[in-house]
Amino acid sequence: MAPPADARLQLEAVRLTALYGRRAVVKDVSILFPAHSVTAVIGPSGCGKSTFLRCLNRMHELSEGGWVTGTVLLDGADVYDAGVDPVQLRRRIGMVFQRPTPFPTMTIYDNVAAGLRVNGGRSRGEVDAAVEQALRRAALWDEVKDRLKKSALDLSGGQQQRLCIARALAPEPEVLLLDEPTASLDPAGTQRIEELCHELKRRYTIVIVTHNLQQAGRVSDYTAFFYLGDLVEVGRTEELFTKPAQEQTEAYITGRFG
Amino acid sequence: MSARRLRRRLVSGLMTTLVGVLSFVAVLALAVILGYLVVKGASSLDWNFFVKNPVPAGQAGGGVANAIVGTVIIVGVAALIGLPIGIGTGLYLAEYGSGRFGWIVRFVADVLNGTPSIVVGIFAWTWLVRPMGHFSALAGSVALAVLMVPMIARTTEEMVRLVPHSLREAALALGYPRWRTSLRIVARTALAGILTSCLVGIARIAGETAPLLFTALGNLNFSSSILQPMQTLSLQVFTYGTGPFDEWHRLAWAAALVLMGLVLLLSLTARWALRSRHGAAR
Repeated sequence: MAPPADARLQLEAVRLTALYGRRAVVKDVSILFPAHSVTAVIGPSGCGKSTFLRCLNRMHELSEGGWVTGTVLLDGADVYDAGVDPVQLRRRIGMVFQRPTPFPTMTIYDNVAAGLRVNGGRSRGEVDAAVEQALRRAALWDEVKDRLKKSALDLSGGQQQRLCIARALAPEPEVLLLDEPTASLDPAGTQRIEELCHELKRRYTIVIVTHNLQQAGRVSDYTAFFYLGDLVEVGRTEELFTKPAQEQTEAYITGRFG
Repeated sequence: MSARRLRRRLVSGLMTTLVGVLSFVAVLALAVILGYLVVKGASSLDWNFFVKNPVPAGQAGGGVANAIVGTVIIVGVAALIGLPIGIGTGLYLAEYGSGRFGWIVRFVADVLNGTPSIVVGIFAWTWLVRPMGHFSALAGSVALAVLMVPMIARTTEEMVRLVPHSLREAALALGYPRWRTSLRIVARTALAGILTSCLVGIARIAGETAPLLFTALGNLNFSSSILQPMQTLSLQVFTYGTGPFDEWHRLAWAAALVLMGLVLLLSLTARWALRSRHGAAR
């Protein structure tokens, strides 16, 4: 893929292979994610797109038998370097999952503050301000500002997902990974999240895994198509959808399989 | 066609009745025990029973204040020793116990869980009472704690395992270190369940008698020193129930009723705690 010449490269996977034991589920993938862009990762179920995403913030290695070869560069630095603490890394790369995962014992406020508190070193006022900012960016502030001390479970599914986005945004990450964030949401909730992607890319680099091609078309600047663990094709979204270079890509986006 | 249908209905009705009767028998046992305790013991329950110490054999009156206080102390100390170890073990098993060591710990806990309590009592006698040279409440507490640990460990493990894996991942992805994820997110979420298992565990050991016979021994006088022999309600029931005096038998029934009530109260509290927390979560 050729990002525009002036774009800063934020995140890059270099010959990345992800394995469970001896079974490779992502095979030798190299891809660039320009700063302040949205890249959609599409492909049929089981093509390794979620696993690929989880390699970017070193979550894959927490799965039973999960390990990788190759590497990932964040701002040019190898995140798999021996000197990198994966816990610290994950504070720079936020992640939101398929299903909303608010912490059930915490209030709305505490959920958003969770990532800040684990870092420590912030005063009450700073945490208050950061929580409000994160909730505003996740377009949830107006709906919850009067009930910050209520349980996060009182929110609707769509609100919970935006809460999880706010929680991921609060520690000010550079990159936001979204793993099928609208899979469990209704159309209204989905639309809100998609609108958010447009808003958020001004500040963050976003990688979004989706099985919904229309969604990829709506939200992303670049699209990567995965099939059976291989990166088949990646390019500008409008190009990939209108004149794909690979036959497999065309077959998939025209609905001949998947 | 209709004959077969009739047969099905008949068998179905029969089996439903059968399991219904069986459940009734099961519940009946508890009802009879409780009812009988109330009939035999309730009349002896008065203020004096709770606040007076036993009087010399043959005299009327007196109470079991020493046994009530003793039960609270012995069970309390046992909980103080057993709960942290049990909860910690359970948390370890659920969060880190997938390897070989975890397997061994689990196996040992299961074996220990099935060990007759009197065997644990004998061990406490051998390792504590004999070296110390005298019976003591502390030895009793240790014996009860040993009984409690595997029980608490396994139930805590179950409760922690109920916490969805997605919550763990969410915390880790947020930059939580693993140990902090275990404590702040996973254990917190399972807290109601863990507390319940603690209460059930306490209720279970509160009624133990056999391991206390070799350790706390019992005491007809009031004692609050954990290094001295101490009375408990269960020991009181044993001593008075097997004694020769009618007055003692009367007090044994009443003590049994109080003990039963205590255990019932703990169990009900446990149920209530679990329900109210879970109810709020849904």
